Amino acid sequence: MPLPDAERLCAALADSLRPGLHPNTALVGIHTGGVWVAERLHAALGLKTPLGSLDVSFYRDDFSRSGLHAQLKSSDMPFEVEDRPIVIVDDVLYTGRTIRAAMNEIFDYGRPARIDLAVLVDRGGRELPICPRWTGQTLQIEPGKNLQLERNEAGVLALRLIDA
Amino acid sequence: MLNPQLNKDGALQHLLTIDGLPREILSAILDTATPFTEVAEREVKKLPLLRGKSVFNLFFENSTRTRTTFEIAAKRLSADVINLNIGTSSAAKGESLLDTVDNLCAMQADMFVVRHAVSGAPFLIAQHLAATGRDHIHVINAGDGRHAHPTQGLLDMYTIRHYKKDFTRLVVAIVGDVMHSRVARSQISALTTLGVPEVRVIGPKTLIPADVDRLGVSVFNDMRAGLKDVDVVMMLRLQSERMQGALLPSPQEFFKYYGLTADKLSYARPDAIVMHPGPMNRGVEIDSAVADGRHAVILPQVTFGIAVRMAVMSMLAGA
Repeated sequence: MPLPDAERLCAALADSLRPGLHPNTALVGIHTGGVWVAERLHAALGLKTPLGSLDVSFYRDDFSRSGLHAQLKSSDMPFEVEDRPIVIVDDVLYTGRTIRAAMNEIFDYGRPARIDLAVLVDRGGRELPICPRWTGQTLQIEPGKNLQLERNEAGVLALRLIDA
Repeated sequence: MLNPQLNKDGALQHLLTIDGLPREILSAILDTATPFTEVAEREVKKLPLLRGKSVFNLFFENSTRTRTTFEIAAKRLSADVINLNIGTSSAAKGESLLDTVDNLCAMQADMFVVRHAVSGAPFLIAQHLAATGRDHIHVINAGDGRHAHPTQGLLDMYTIRHYKKDFTRLVVAIVGDVMHSRVARSQISALTTLGVPEVRVIGPKTLIPADVDRLGVSVFNDMRAGLKDVDVVMMLRLQSERMQGALLPSPQEFFKYYGLTADKLSYARPDAIVMHPGPMNRGVEIDSAVADGRHAVILPQVTFGIAVRMAVMSMLAGA
């Protein structure tokens, strides 16, 4: 199956976000792919609020089964969360569990005015009642596969399908 | 022999000593600790990793700082923390220690943080848990006799890495009462495992174990010579409560030769950092001007200690 061009999807996603943004809106990318997408959106939209990033490992619901993963990143929320509109940005939306973890983490920084979700690809397979407000593209991916966003040495983003 | 601290998958099951732990595990603990330092900046200083778990602080020997930082670490991970301060008066016998452990296991303990005056007590507990098939319960050594104090050694390594970045170019001096110090033993293992090329120990002959050079360190009895061009000065506390007989003429005499003063520190590199595990004896092993001076990173050590203990507890709970 041919996969869509990730850079083009980022540009289209930025266009669809633009009308819905508040001057105080902050983007928060989820490590690692979500941060790459959020960087693209942040630049394209010219947002003043600095970009936030979350590593949701500490909030995952499978910690007791699989423990902590190596290569943890620090979460960074370089703005006041209280009363601010926030857009969570991720590369691929699947079960929705990562988004739940991200929302839990954001609330530990304060009470945001609202949280929306923007994803590059929605691959279906939700296990929680989570629905993105903005989607680059919807794809039907079978359960045994992983859809991943990768960044090459030149910094170009590309989607890749691998066996889980 | 199989390392009793590692499970069959090679993950950390207990933290009993730094001896024998591979560099990858030490580095993984330090790497994992980094994101935990950020939690202290948040509105809600809590993570859900140990939610529903019970951590028992089992202190057979007094301690304020270590017990408190373990308690804060466990609470920031959302664990329930139960502190048991068991006095030093009744020298705990093997049987009664394990009976205590069995009773606490019957109260659904998930983790023991153990400090004991007898070297090897946390090992005994870990062995007992393994022998009785309770692999879901984890043990952290918070200081046993003269043997080891691994989380102190790890937080010291975290502090060094924070300020100096690369271990492989450093000269590190450990100063003072090495003989009675479990901290020194953990520091030496950690420093050599992480690739520090030169570790020196400095102190009077009576307070340096005769066979310490077997650990790959060089020994100095003259402090100024020992501090020449070092990057890191790790002071030890003079452990008067552990001394039997006359090893020292007096604390004043010790300060004269081995107390860290600005003059002695001037032999170290200009950007050297000064560390101390606490509690400090000002005017005995360290001068106030140095303890409060610009080289000292003694209070950051305490703060980093919380993150390092959170990292260790999380890694054990996830093993």
